[in-house]
Amino acid sequence: MLHTFVALVENKPGVLTRVASLFRRLNINITSLTVGESERSGVSRMTIVAEAAVDRAHRIMASLYKLENVLEVDDVGRHSAVVRELAIVKVAAGPKTRAHLFELAKVFHARIVDLAPESLMLEITGGASKIEGLVQVLVESDYQILEMARTGRMAMRRGQHTSRVLDALREVPATSESTLAGKPKHTALGKVSTEGHA
Amino acid sequence: MNNSDNANHADPAIYSHPTRLTGAETLWATLVGEGVRDVFGYPGGAILPAYDALRKFPLRHILVRHEQGAAHMADGYARASGRVGVAVATSGPGATNMVTGIANAMMDSIPLVCITGQVSSTVLGTDAFQEVDITGITLPITKHNYLIHRAEDIAPAIREAFLIAKSGRPGPVLIDITKNAQQASAIFDFAAAAPAAYRPHPMLRADASSIRDAAELLRSAKRPVILAGHGILQSNAMEQVRALAERMQIPVACTLLGLGAFPASHPLNLGMMGMHGESWVNQAIQQSDLLLACGMRFDDRVTGSLATYALQAKKIHIEIDPSEIGKNVPVDVALIGDLKEVLEVLLPALPKIKSSEWLQAIDAMKGDAAVRDIQNLPDDGHLYAAHVMHDLWHATSGNAIIATDVGQHQMWEAQYYKHEHPRTLITSGGLGTMGFALPAAIGAKIACPDKEVWVIAGDGGFQMTSPELATIAQEKIKVNLAVINNGYLGMVRQWQERFYDKNYECTPLLSPDFVKLAGAHGIAGATARKRPEAVSAIEAARKHDGAFLIDFRVEQEDSVYPMVPAGAALHEMIRRPKSDPLKNNQRRNPLVETASDV
Repeated sequence: MLHTFVALVENKPGVLTRVASLFRRLNINITSLTVGESERSGVSRMTIVAEAAVDRAHRIMASLYKLENVLEVDDVGRHSAVVRELAIVKVAAGPKTRAHLFELAKVFHARIVDLAPESLMLEITGGASKIEGLVQVLVESDYQILEMARTGRMAMRRGQHTSRVLDALREVPATSESTLAGKPKHTALGKVSTEGHA
Repeated sequence: MNNSDNANHADPAIYSHPTRLTGAETLWATLVGEGVRDVFGYPGGAILPAYDALRKFPLRHILVRHEQGAAHMADGYARASGRVGVAVATSGPGATNMVTGIANAMMDSIPLVCITGQVSSTVLGTDAFQEVDITGITLPITKHNYLIHRAEDIAPAIREAFLIAKSGRPGPVLIDITKNAQQASAIFDFAAAAPAAYRPHPMLRADASSIRDAAELLRSAKRPVILAGHGILQSNAMEQVRALAERMQIPVACTLLGLGAFPASHPLNLGMMGMHGESWVNQAIQQSDLLLACGMRFDDRVTGSLATYALQAKKIHIEIDPSEIGKNVPVDVALIGDLKEVLEVLLPALPKIKSSEWLQAIDAMKGDAAVRDIQNLPDDGHLYAAHVMHDLWHATSGNAIIATDVGQHQMWEAQYYKHEHPRTLITSGGLGTMGFALPAAIGAKIACPDKEVWVIAGDGGFQMTSPELATIAQEKIKVNLAVINNGYLGMVRQWQERFYDKNYECTPLLSPDFVKLAGAHGIAGATARKRPEAVSAIEAARKHDGAFLIDFRVEQEDSVYPMVPAGAALHEMIRRPKSDPLKNNQRRNPLVETASDV
């Protein structure tokens, strides 16, 4: 199945390699990986989409946490989440064929971001299926796609499951359920981040 | 050169008053501040500034003959003492030579801090002389690593490295320091360089309900077995495991790295499990209805075929690394945390049990195993490796630290040297590194100078790191060396005998005269071809003032049994032969005289 993880990592040289290398070591192909700034300074946010057996999510998360630069991991694929991708597509089009592309753009909620004598550029955001739908229509309508760039997926859980909320949960005193001597904090956090995997 | 007699110690005031030091001085000052007394290393261009400053610090530097040796020595040092081992090398080939040693430490979760010099940051990435991307190379075989190019970053990186190396599941950390960072200066503030508290793995989980579930499984089990692993030593949980076993009369099976974690002479100790475990140990596991795995990782060498592994047993897995849970074997209850802490919570929830029919059933499984044991066969004039191990154990009362390589001798040692105490067996488990024993023993002896230390290595593995004999001589290290010389790469030959139709391709080995080799280093030695000679050579070695090597010329085509063939079920083992162990083997290594020729 396709797994989607969000990882908050320290923004330092080599961290991307460490994360990517982990998947290589586990013999898992990364479908897409996006990195950018997060709401915290010095912390980058990665969305990693990878194809792996259903029962491997636990080990992937546990292994990610073993990397010293990884601060938080969330298996967002298991939760209701907004997943978006951006694509820009350059299509060969002269004055006679532009009009039809304008219509297509409107249907797909895409924008024309560049117009040249022999081509135009479409910008589209959405789920993967929406982007693939546009590409399919372009190909079936005999348009020539000159170039295409896709960002890969970005994901965020719906509701209040932000890293800031996780931080707040960490401050909550441990419940009587978590009684490991001397380490109630970790046990409490463990319960939050292993939710749904036990 | 032994620097322990240096009078020119760095001023202790540098730890209380921030002082300007060079990066090189900062490196050693931070190591000393972390409690390091001994480092294993080899100088070279990119680490020269550091070596230039070494003399000012109260550190003993052991000059190795190959950087792999430095990493293995630091590894042996860590295993014997429980402290972090430190290895130092220069850039390029110095760094890559350490790679095997670092991988070995990673596989067995050994805390190391490895320091490498690197070319100056101004030429980094230009393929400068002796430049190699060692942080890239060691990325998958270190717990963490650093590339440091500023003097002010050295102390914080080293202090964090020590914390990471020994916290959680321990492991090696590498710090690559550019030459210009060693030469530059910065304010050394030891206290300010302290790392933030270690972040335990966020998926640790041993809550009250899991503890309850585990206790319930233990209470209702009829045929429980404790699987005792390396984690017991790492967590210092020997007493807790023993208390649990005794409280509920649960027999204990040890992994290779778990040997010594539970006393060999204890009535509840079954012995080593796995590929070369005794038949009753593996039978007990296969018939068990509850396995309590303590700090072990269900390695393929202990499970045999996973499809047939302990199918009747529920499994409780106590483990500090969440990524090990369910990796090979699905478990019913996972208690993810420090073993000692978990057991201390679990113990009060368990009832006391007086006797157990299960123990009697396991006793019955032993059957004719004792008859098959070579210790109980009459002396036929041949010298078997098993005899050597037994006699070594007997002579040392089981109290020596034994460092072994990998292969047949390693398994015979594990079977016949009964380890009573933790940290007395130092062996390469996960990576299976030939050449480990000799340097690891040097490290162990430096860590524990009052302990008797033996190297046990095969004739093949010994030659992989035998230049370290010169280290022994230069540093005047008292270790005894037992070369189990059978003229073959024995374990590979055994597999060729069993699974490749006795096609002994590239396993016969022509070796130097090991006693003369020792002699060339000024190290005394003796050859033993018969059992009485073996016994007297062992005594001679123990009495001798300096290092002593014994070349044991053992039976050439002897094999280690019992043996679970790779991929077979754990209980489907090849037993020891009932009479002459070698009756099916006629061939001899044509390159080497045999014990029976003499």
